[in-house]
Amino acid sequence: MLMKTIQQHDLTHLVIRFFCITGLGFGAVCLLLFTLHLSPITIAKSMGSGALSNWIRISHMLSIWTPLLLCSSGLLFTFRAGLWNIGIEGQMIIGAICTTAVLRLPQAENSHALFPALAMAAGLCGGGIWGMCAGILKNRGGVNEIFGGLGLNFVAQGIILWLIFGPWKRAGIASMSGTNLLPHALWLTSPAGWRVAPVALVLSCLAFLLTALLLGNTRFGLRLTAVGKNSKASRLFGIKPELIGLTAMMLGGGLAGLAGGLQVTGVYHRLIPAISSGYGYLGLLIVMLAGYRAAAIPCIALFFACLAAGSIQLPIMLQIDSSLSGVIQGACVLSALLVHGFQTKRRNT
Amino acid sequence: MDVSVSVLAAGVAATSAPLIFAALGETLTEKAGVINLSLDGAILLSAMTGFVTAKATGSVWPGFAAAAVTGMTVAFVLSGIGIWLGQSQVAVGFALTFLCRDLAYFLGSPYSRTPGPQLLAVPIPVLADLPFIGPILFNHSQIVYASFALIPLLWYFMFNSRQGLILRSVGENPEGCWARGIPPKRTQTIYTALGGALIGLAGAAYSLAVKPGWGRPQGCEGIGWIALALVIFGGWHPLRVALGAYIFGMLQIAGILFQEIFPAIPSQIFQVAPFPLMIFALVIIHLSRNKKDTTGFRIIALLSGTPPMALGKTHEQE
Repeated sequence: MLMKTIQQHDLTHLVIRFFCITGLGFGAVCLLLFTLHLSPITIAKSMGSGALSNWIRISHMLSIWTPLLLCSSGLLFTFRAGLWNIGIEGQMIIGAICTTAVLRLPQAENSHALFPALAMAAGLCGGGIWGMCAGILKNRGGVNEIFGGLGLNFVAQGIILWLIFGPWKRAGIASMSGTNLLPHALWLTSPAGWRVAPVALVLSCLAFLLTALLLGNTRFGLRLTAVGKNSKASRLFGIKPELIGLTAMMLGGGLAGLAGGLQVTGVYHRLIPAISSGYGYLGLLIVMLAGYRAAAIPCIALFFACLAAGSIQLPIMLQIDSSLSGVIQGACVLSALLVHGFQTKRRNT
Repeated sequence: MDVSVSVLAAGVAATSAPLIFAALGETLTEKAGVINLSLDGAILLSAMTGFVTAKATGSVWPGFAAAAVTGMTVAFVLSGIGIWLGQSQVAVGFALTFLCRDLAYFLGSPYSRTPGPQLLAVPIPVLADLPFIGPILFNHSQIVYASFALIPLLWYFMFNSRQGLILRSVGENPEGCWARGIPPKRTQTIYTALGGALIGLAGAAYSLAVKPGWGRPQGCEGIGWIALALVIFGGWHPLRVALGAYIFGMLQIAGILFQEIFPAIPSQIFQVAPFPLMIFALVIIHLSRNKKDTTGFRIIALLSGTPPMALGKTHEQE
C-alpha cells in the first residue's frame, strides 16, 4: 500500500516536472521567436513536415536517431560511474576510422558477408580503446576525464583529417568531402525508399536494451552505481573503482565507436571529416535531459532527432538558420536543470 | 632574421590576447570555487553580440561593452542554477556551451560574412620605435595592451589585496568564510560575473580585432576548451595561465609557418594540430609533477598547483 502511494506520488511528480520543463523550454524559445517577428507555429509545422511528412523523411530522421540512441546508451555507463565522457566525439571518430580501415583492405571486396561484420567489430573495439585511453589518463595520471577526453577529441580530429587529406585521399583531389565511396557491396543495405539501414536500427535498439538490462539487473550495474555514488565507500565492499570506471569508459567508447562505424557503412558510405556530426555531444544533452536514467532516452533521442532532421528544411523553406534546433535542445536541457533545481530547493526547505 | 623574430613575437602577442582574457576570466571564476564550463559557447555568443553591436553603432567600443555584458549574463545564468539552486556546475556549463553556440549562429546568421568595424593597431609614440622590443610590445591594438596589463593586475589583485584574499578563501573554505561573516554565495556570484565579463571581452577581441567579422565558423571555436585546460594545468595561478596562453599562441603561429615550409601537408592539419599538442604538453607537465622527488623534475615541480578546495561544490548556507 505504502509502495503504491510512493509510486503514485513519483508519477505525479514526474508529470509535473515534464510539463514544467517543456513549458519553460518551449516558452523561452517562442518568446525569442516572437521578438524576432517569426511565427513559432509556421516553424513548428515546417520542422514537423521536414521530419515526419513521409516515409523517406521519417527514415532519414531514424538514421539520426540510431547514432543518438547508441551514444546515449554508452553514456549511461559512464554517467552511472560518475564520469563525464566528453571524449565521446573522438571515440565516434576513431570507431569510424577503424571501420573504414577494415573495409579498405584489399580482401574486403571479395568476401562480402564477413567484412561488414568485422568492420563493425573493429569500430566497436577502436572506440572502446579510445575510451580506455581517457580512463587510463585519469587513473594513472590524475588527468580529469573531461580534459583527457577533450584532448583525445582533438587528436582524433587530427587523425581523421590527416587520413582524408593524406593516405586515404581521393585520386587527384583531396577535399573536405571525404574519401572515395566504398564499393557498393560493402554498404549496409537498406530497402528501396529507406534512408536508414535496418541492421543499424536493430543493432542500436539491441544495444540500448542490453545497456538497460546490464545497468538495472546485474551485479555489474550495481557496482557502477556504487562507484558513481561514493567511490570511497565502494572500495570498502571490495570494489575497485578504477577498474569499474575503466570498464565503463570502454563500454561507452565501444558503443560510440559502433555508432561511428554505422555512420560510415550505413549513412555516408565513405569517411568524411565531420563523421560524428556532433551526435556524441548531443547524446550528452539527451542523457542529462533524461535525468541520467535509461527509461526516457529513446523518446528524448527521437525528439532530438526530429529537431535535427526537421531543421534541415528551415533555411530553404523559411530562410531561418538551422541552428534553431540546437537552441531548442539547449533550452530544454537548461530548463530541466532549472526545474530540478527548484524542486530540490523546495523539498529541502 | 632579427626582424622576422620580432614580427613573429608580435604575432604571438596579438593572437594570444583573447585567450589571455578568457583564461584569466576562468581563473578568477575557479579561484572563487566555481567552474564555468560554458566558455566555448560564451566566447562565440559574445563575439557575435560584440560584432553586431559594433556594426550597428559604427564603433567598436559599444561592441566590447555588449560582449562583456553577454559574458556576464551567461555567468549569471550559471551562478543562478549552479550556485543558488545547487545543480551540478559542470552540467549547467555544458548545456550552456551548446545553447550559447547555437544561439550565436542562429541570431548572428543575418550578419554572417558582412563587413564591420574593427580595431586597428595604435603604435605607442616613442616606445614603438625601440629596436626589437618596440614592434613586439608597443605596436598593437588597445585590446592587446589591455591583455598585457590584465596579467599583472589580476595577479596583484588575487595575492596582494584584501578582496583577493576573500576571493581565494571563498574558493578554499566557504564554510569558514560564512563563519567570518563573508557571504560565500554572493561573493562567488560576483566573481563568476566578473570572470564572465572577461570571457565576453575575449569573444569581442576575436570578432573585432584578431579574427574580425562574424560567420559560421567564426574561427574561435575550440578556444574556450583550451582556455579551460590552461587554467587547470596552469595551476590556477594567473601568471602561469598567461604563460600557457602565450605558448598556445606560439603553436598557432608555428602552424602557419610550417604550412609555408611543408606545402604538401594539408593546411587543415596545421589548424587543428595546436589543440592536441597543447593539451598533451599540459598533460605531460601534469604527469611529471607526480614525481617531485626526481631531481630532473624539480623545475616542473615549481609549476605545480592545487585546485581550490571547494571547486565546483555548492556551499549550503543556512
